[in-house]
Amino acid sequence: MTALRQLARTLACTGLIAASAAATAATPDAHVEHAWIRWLPANLPVAGYATIVNDGDGTLRLASASSPDYTSVMLHRSRLAQSDSTMVMVEHLDIPAHASVKLAPGGYHLMLTHAQRPIRPGDKVPITLSFADGTTLQVDFSVLPANSSGPAD
Amino acid sequence: MHHFRFPFRWLLLAVATVLFSACAVHPQWQLDNIQGHLPELKFQLTNDLGQPVTAANYHGKIVLLYFGYTHCPDVCPLTLVHLHTVLQKMGKAAADVRVLFVTVDPVRDTVPVLHQYVTAFDPRIVGLTGTQDAIAQLAKRYRAFYKPETPNDKAGDYDVTHSSAIYVFNREGQAQVLATPGSTNDEIFHDLEILVKQS
Repeated sequence: MTALRQLARTLACTGLIAASAAATAATPDAHVEHAWIRWLPANLPVAGYATIVNDGDGTLRLASASSPDYTSVMLHRSRLAQSDSTMVMVEHLDIPAHASVKLAPGGYHLMLTHAQRPIRPGDKVPITLSFADGTTLQVDFSVLPANSSGPAD
Repeated sequence: MHHFRFPFRWLLLAVATVLFSACAVHPQWQLDNIQGHLPELKFQLTNDLGQPVTAANYHGKIVLLYFGYTHCPDVCPLTLVHLHTVLQKMGKAAADVRVLFVTVDPVRDTVPVLHQYVTAFDPRIVGLTGTQDAIAQLAKRYRAFYKPETPNDKAGDYDVTHSSAIYVFNREGQAQVLATPGSTNDEIFHDLEILVKQS
């Protein structure tokens, strides 16, 4: 009797796991390291940085990003010239097979605008990275103080 | 080979002495030397506490002048973090240095926003704002450039393309060296160390 109940429970759990996996989009063969946001006061736009590592055999194309904590998340690139600097919007970012791309200060970054809740250093902000092949990756970005140079690790 | 060692050592010492004395007479700047190429520091603006200030308020200090704006989440913070790191490395000598962050976006950069922004990086960074005319004049004086871009979203957010150079003035308010985004913290630190030692 106990064994049967155990079996039923196991089957039910397996079914639940299968159902939840089907409800969320597939994840790419990739992972993200050093994900952080430079905190700024006064609900100013902030920048998110991370290293996206493509562990797969094909090129991975980052198409968009979103977060429940910000109205808008855009992929940007700063162009730092000898004389001036400007920001340009980027349509997508390709990560070659078995390679990584760094979103780092002075280059590619996610620009997050209009926070939906008060964000403070020490917080985690969930960001969903959506790729052109339909896969998504949810990553927690650590909010670091304005004058931080990035995560220590 | 052995008998060459002794004279070679003397030669090294002689070369080192010449180099060292040259340093003492003419500072060996690691940033771009702009002495005599740009006018002395002069402006009439408002600081991030809402007080009117002119270049005279900073006479006797080494001044680093940088044009930026607070809705600039990537490049401006990167520059301010570099300067914060250099000031930390200088220790007590940094008390003689002031970083002046002049906004090129005075419409959005109110005094309170400017104050919160600069102090988040370093208490030795001063935010400066003013009339569009006063800021334009200062930028023109140092051949700096800025241009608001077309809003890039429904909320009307816009970026401002701006000069990224840092103008460094000596204690007398004379333009001395110019740092660019390519300059390293070590180069900026090196030149500031020379400037703070000048009386």
